[in-house]
Amino acid sequence: MERREEIVAYVFLLPWLIGLVVFIIGPVIASLLISLTDWNLLTPPNWVGLKNYEKMFSDRDFYNSLRVTFRFVFMSLPVYTLVSLSLALLLNQRIRGMYFFRTVLFMPSVIAGTAVAVLWSILLNPDVGVVNQVLQSIGIAEPPRWLASRDWAIPAVILMGLWGVGGGVIIYLAGLQNIPPHLYEAATIDGANSSQKFRFVTLPMLTPSIFFQLITGLVGAFQVFDVAYVLAGRGGTRASALQFYLLNVYEEGFQNGRFGYASALSWVLVVIATIVILITFRTSERWVYYESEEDKA
Amino acid sequence: MQSRPSLKRSHMSTSRRLHDDFIPRARKLLRMLALYAILIALCGFVLLPVSWMLTAALKPNNVPFFSIPPHWFPTEHFEWRNFESALLDPVRPFLRFTLNTLIIFGGSVVGTIFSCTLVAYAFARLRFRGSGFLFNVLIITMLIPWQSQMIPQFLLFLELGWYGTYLPLIVPSFAGNAFFIFLIRQYMRTFPRDLDEAAKIDGCSYFGIFRFIILPLCRPVLAVVVVFMFLSSWGDLLGPLIYLNNTDQFTIAIGLANFATRYSPNTNLLMAANLVMMIPPVLVFFFAQEQLIGGIASVGLKG
Repeated sequence: MERREEIVAYVFLLPWLIGLVVFIIGPVIASLLISLTDWNLLTPPNWVGLKNYEKMFSDRDFYNSLRVTFRFVFMSLPVYTLVSLSLALLLNQRIRGMYFFRTVLFMPSVIAGTAVAVLWSILLNPDVGVVNQVLQSIGIAEPPRWLASRDWAIPAVILMGLWGVGGGVIIYLAGLQNIPPHLYEAATIDGANSSQKFRFVTLPMLTPSIFFQLITGLVGAFQVFDVAYVLAGRGGTRASALQFYLLNVYEEGFQNGRFGYASALSWVLVVIATIVILITFRTSERWVYYESEEDKA
Repeated sequence: MQSRPSLKRSHMSTSRRLHDDFIPRARKLLRMLALYAILIALCGFVLLPVSWMLTAALKPNNVPFFSIPPHWFPTEHFEWRNFESALLDPVRPFLRFTLNTLIIFGGSVVGTIFSCTLVAYAFARLRFRGSGFLFNVLIITMLIPWQSQMIPQFLLFLELGWYGTYLPLIVPSFAGNAFFIFLIRQYMRTFPRDLDEAAKIDGCSYFGIFRFIILPLCRPVLAVVVVFMFLSSWGDLLGPLIYLNNTDQFTIAIGLANFATRYSPNTNLLMAANLVMMIPPVLVFFFAQEQLIGGIASVGLKG
């Protein structure tokens, strides 16, 4: 190894190394320490030990935000996985005009969450919104009250997410197109029909993509903010039905100025998210199929 | 592609073959029709809300906003002035918000390109002790949720006196972004090593190799990075919400979120503002579709 080359390398790495210490490692440690204080910007911080963590056990907002977030995680992930997988299979068909359909269906995935939430909160107006008008016109006399209802608020958010499901579809589509054709040829020779080909070739070959999507979906689900901020901002039923975890952290920290407590809350979220993601990784050994020759790195 | 085999078959077939072919052909046709029906319905699900929104944004103030049955297409009212009002409104000047968002985006692009290409070059093409370890650290930092750093970062920037400025939203980009470093590094690894060696023999410095040989080759991946950055910085709500406190500095995401939540808004103007927020990413999508889809797909395949 050349000494000059090494020095140059570290000089080039310098911006990132400084950022690593100043913006990541430092803050992560600091946030652990801050979570043990009653930091509020107004009075000098006091050391309170684990009090912030104890407080959560009797905090209704904490329980509620946890419930909302988990409800969203468990309802949205199966829906998004199924829908984006089916959509990818559909968009993988070779028919005329497919480029057009792909373009249209991918388009909403680039639109910012705030804009999507603003649009759909109007479309989903329970009394005069177009969604319920369409539902009524096809014979559903009492359509859901969506964001105005405790039970339907989360499904409403999931519906908004479906509008932008294209990002996930792109990943599945790439996965589909990456399946070597000889596998299908071999299956045909063995006399497999199309549903068998799907079950024994397509699905196993897609498991790495499904797994990737599941992990990014989980990470994203624990970080829902924009939609919650726009929709729960007006108080009332919505505020508690859509009090996502990160929104609660934001309110405790940046609106109520309780930085110590908010730090503790974010740590609990980090720990919960890490556990859920680790469990997913653990189970993945059983169902994710990696073709060894794909290890090109 | 689809038509070639069937054409050949019809050419060769006798009338008996045609008859035998009828049922599978009819099935194939029905399947096609069903496919198109589903695809068109899905396009309706995507496009009708947008078209309804445009119709609503073009209604004058005195026309009831909701109608039964809904107006899906702009056929009656064309109050284009609503867009002007939304862009130049003295309380919520969306034109100003748009410019502010672009300033933050511009600053972050400069920072990100500067830092991420340098760091990626070191990881991709230089040999140094600890490179494997540091690269693992880079991967791990991608997995650390931002929430665990959010509050201390805020307190740090507050301490520095940067609260209420764009600095907290721009300066961190000069320290690189793990995901973009990873993306660029993967790309830089694909160039042949001879490039560097030849330049070195010609007396080119490491920085020279980076600047004049590697960087120009990276244009495609940098385009992907810029597109991703535009989408994330255009849509970012939490960052600006935490650091900006003055309406003059607000970004489009805060402007829209406040517009939608603070009071019961003029819904036609809200929809106009919403379109202002939606159009630039959609335009970027149409012009950079290849980069965007290629970028997302490569991330998924490598993940």
